[in-house]
Amino acid sequence: MANSPETITRKYIAKDFISDQDVRWCPGCGDYSILAQVQRTFPDLIQTNKEKIVWVSGIGCSSRFPYYMNTYGFHGIHGRAPIIATGVKIANPDLAVWVATGDGDLLSIGGNHFIHACRKNIDIKVLLFNNRIYGLTKGQYSPTSEKGKVTKTTPFGSVDYPFNPLSLALGADATFVARSIDRNPKHLQEMIKRVGQHKGFALLEIFQNCNIFNDGTFELLTNKDTKDDHVLVLEHGKPMVFGKNHDKGIKLDGAHPVTVDISNGKYSKDDLWVHDEFSDTPVHAMILAHLEDRLDLPSPIGVFRQYIKETYDEGIRTQINKVIDKKGKGDLEKVLFGANTWEVS
Amino acid sequence: MAETKEKDFRVLTSVTVRFAGDSGDGMQLTGSQFSDTTAWIGNDLNTLPDYPAEIRAPAGTIYGVSGFQLSFGSEDINTPGDLPDVLVAMNPAALRKNLKEIKSGGVIIVNSDAFDQKNLKLVNFDSNPLEDDSLSGYELHKVPISSLTANALEGLPLSPKDVARCKNFFALGLMYWLYDRPLKNTEDWIKDKFKTKPEYVQANTKALQAGYNFGEMTEVFTTRYKVEAAKLPKGTYRNISGNEATALGFLTASVKSGIPLFLGSYPITPASEILQYLSAYKNFGVKTVQAEDEIAGITSAIGAAFAGNLALTTTSGPGLSLKTEAIGLAVMTELPIVIVNVQRGGPSTGLPTKTEQADLLQALYGRNGEAPVCVLAARTPRDCFYMAIEASRIALKYMTPVILLTDGYLGNGSEPWRIPHMNELPDISVKFRTDPEGYYPYLRDKNLARPWAIPGTAGLEHRIGGLEKADIYGTVNYDPDNHDKMIRLRTEKVKGIVNDIPELKIDGEKEGDLLVLGWGSTYGSIKDAVTKARNSGLKLSQAHLRYLNPMPKNTGQVLKSFKKILVPEINLGQLSHLLRSEFLIPVEQLNRVRGLPLKVNDILEKINSLLGGGNGK
Repeated sequence: MANSPETITRKYIAKDFISDQDVRWCPGCGDYSILAQVQRTFPDLIQTNKEKIVWVSGIGCSSRFPYYMNTYGFHGIHGRAPIIATGVKIANPDLAVWVATGDGDLLSIGGNHFIHACRKNIDIKVLLFNNRIYGLTKGQYSPTSEKGKVTKTTPFGSVDYPFNPLSLALGADATFVARSIDRNPKHLQEMIKRVGQHKGFALLEIFQNCNIFNDGTFELLTNKDTKDDHVLVLEHGKPMVFGKNHDKGIKLDGAHPVTVDISNGKYSKDDLWVHDEFSDTPVHAMILAHLEDRLDLPSPIGVFRQYIKETYDEGIRTQINKVIDKKGKGDLEKVLFGANTWEVS
Repeated sequence: MAETKEKDFRVLTSVTVRFAGDSGDGMQLTGSQFSDTTAWIGNDLNTLPDYPAEIRAPAGTIYGVSGFQLSFGSEDINTPGDLPDVLVAMNPAALRKNLKEIKSGGVIIVNSDAFDQKNLKLVNFDSNPLEDDSLSGYELHKVPISSLTANALEGLPLSPKDVARCKNFFALGLMYWLYDRPLKNTEDWIKDKFKTKPEYVQANTKALQAGYNFGEMTEVFTTRYKVEAAKLPKGTYRNISGNEATALGFLTASVKSGIPLFLGSYPITPASEILQYLSAYKNFGVKTVQAEDEIAGITSAIGAAFAGNLALTTTSGPGLSLKTEAIGLAVMTELPIVIVNVQRGGPSTGLPTKTEQADLLQALYGRNGEAPVCVLAARTPRDCFYMAIEASRIALKYMTPVILLTDGYLGNGSEPWRIPHMNELPDISVKFRTDPEGYYPYLRDKNLARPWAIPGTAGLEHRIGGLEKADIYGTVNYDPDNHDKMIRLRTEKVKGIVNDIPELKIDGEKEGDLLVLGWGSTYGSIKDAVTKARNSGLKLSQAHLRYLNPMPKNTGQVLKSFKKILVPEINLGQLSHLLRSEFLIPVEQLNRVRGLPLKVNDILEKINSLLGGGNGK
């Protein structure tokens, strides 16, 4: 991968982020769209110094992503992307560290690293390619596959319940939680931008179609005939309206969301739940994350919640500076000779 | 005031003392205070803290007994001693557990207050050993330590529980008197430790002094002992444990190389102290991440190494097992990381607080695929300092993971250390690649190391990872010949380190009937055994491996210069196995896997049997 030695001084274009590697996903895979949206978005997000971008991944189809980005990249081992990325970020906080991962990688083998990265507010951007299946190992069910799913390892249907990734992230106090869909490029681009602008741990779940092993799993959310009735686009400060004719909305009865018809005069927009992505509690975002569990409610996309708190690398840096202020910069001879010493002459 | 009786002083060249009591009795503290003072007045010494895995097992039980043994002297001290000359037993369980190991005729000092019916029954003493004849073969001193401490502290505003907690300082004070050591060091330590609690300073200091005065004022002890300062090379000394030495070694490597230190680690006995020590050096810019698990410890280090830090992870046996896959990733990505394994008794959870050398083959081979790493082993507590620097130097120079093996005995044990000045330590220079001209990620220098091009460097954007890489270009590559070539390159690179390490040194004749060859923490025991054998008229030599992969260039030639090779190990013969397969020579083994350092006497007996009663006589 020879890099052209000349430094780019003009504004970046999508092509600047395309590496010389042939992309090797299956034709028709949703990953192509995600890669394209990232490459299209990055020139808006990164005006200079693209050498400060690092993409880290684990194992799985999605984890080949770093090879296709003309940035620094690290293709790790299964499940470990968030913590490898943590090491990169702590070692050099000036870097913008992105993670490409899948539902098996992040939520099964890497579940532990995921929740702790959320908890510690590691300033990394995680794009979760959720196709609800193990693709690279050729079609076993994943921790986001629906109960009862028939796959190669569950010929009679799976008996386990799936994870709700956003609920998990919210429960672990992630500071930015969002969702988008591979087949909604405009929305996806917007979300990538928002993720990139957030300071702190950010999770973007992307519903992604695996056309080989789990084709159509998000069909209702992407088919032009059904998507408007099944997707709720979240916008901060706006009532939750959806439906082909903008005739439906979500009303919150206590902690219970219900779908109401706003076309027949019984309910109006004023009765609807107004989205607040800056809410100081995770409760509302949690309710939104669980709309997914019910067939009578739409799947929200957009930013569920975001808030700001000190990031892990900031915490480390602040502490180091404080200790230096207090003790002065470390003097090795002082440390070595500082303990209970005695002289032998 | 009682008349002070002039006591006789006996001069000793070395003594082995063991403190033993309940886990809550403060025996580790007592032992380490005695060690620090002993080092401070110039004795050579070597220590063996030996504590249970349980934090506070039920009081008075055998499995709750915590011990601390040290050997000190005016002569060269290389081990914590085989059998103690003196036992301080704070309760019947401590006596029960340690009695069989005390030298016959040895001194036993007991806290007689603790020998009540309940405590005796707990450890199945049918009759009180302090009253019957069972201890007649020893010099027994019954000291009511608990009540004497309580008397000394009368009137202080302390609860009975707090008073009872001070009894270890009484025992310590008594031992200071018996071996003629000053109280000052410990008094200063108490002042500092309890600076926010003046009542504890007063109580502990009083207990310490009461113990000392008890020795002075009573006629229980007719003899005191003097152990003169050892003849150590000129310099400034401190007492140091292996774990602290390891931490300081890495700190030094970071300062010397100018590269920030990163430690990703998960707490595990007996390695946690290294993380604790390094987390205190924030003013050196040290970044310590207490990771969510062992795998996170090493993978965060790999990420930090990719981004240009001197990256470490520290662990013990089971943790090394968990890091296995990630070490393979570091081999494949050819990044410099150091993995410290403070070995403990295995397999599985094994003996968490005990020592062992049974991870050698795991360190060398415990990975999938052909995954060579450099393996080093420290041989004494202070050697941990130098080997940590050496591990860093090799990792950075060769862009390779390095495993540094220490063990529980080295990590917890301590000895005096002549502190080196900066100019005595090796220079570690590191050059990051910055020139985009002609850059490829898997180019190699004359040492076969690939360039270290860190994120943030313009024009050097590249991708690496666990998939096989094309030679030079570093792109993903599945070509059969390329794979074969890359496997050989990675292996040759690690083999090539042999040209950059010292030859194996022989202590004694360069050839002869017997070479005793060891690695790691058995150094002291072997050295003492060889010295004793020589003193008895035998001729033999000693050599000790600090580099296990690659082994020093002259290893084969050294081995072939002796008729017999004896390899003592705290495992079932892992180095023996390597030597046989590598050099096609027969090897005599001595293996004890008891969770303890090897006994000098066991090695000596083996030497005697191999030399058939004398070769030099």
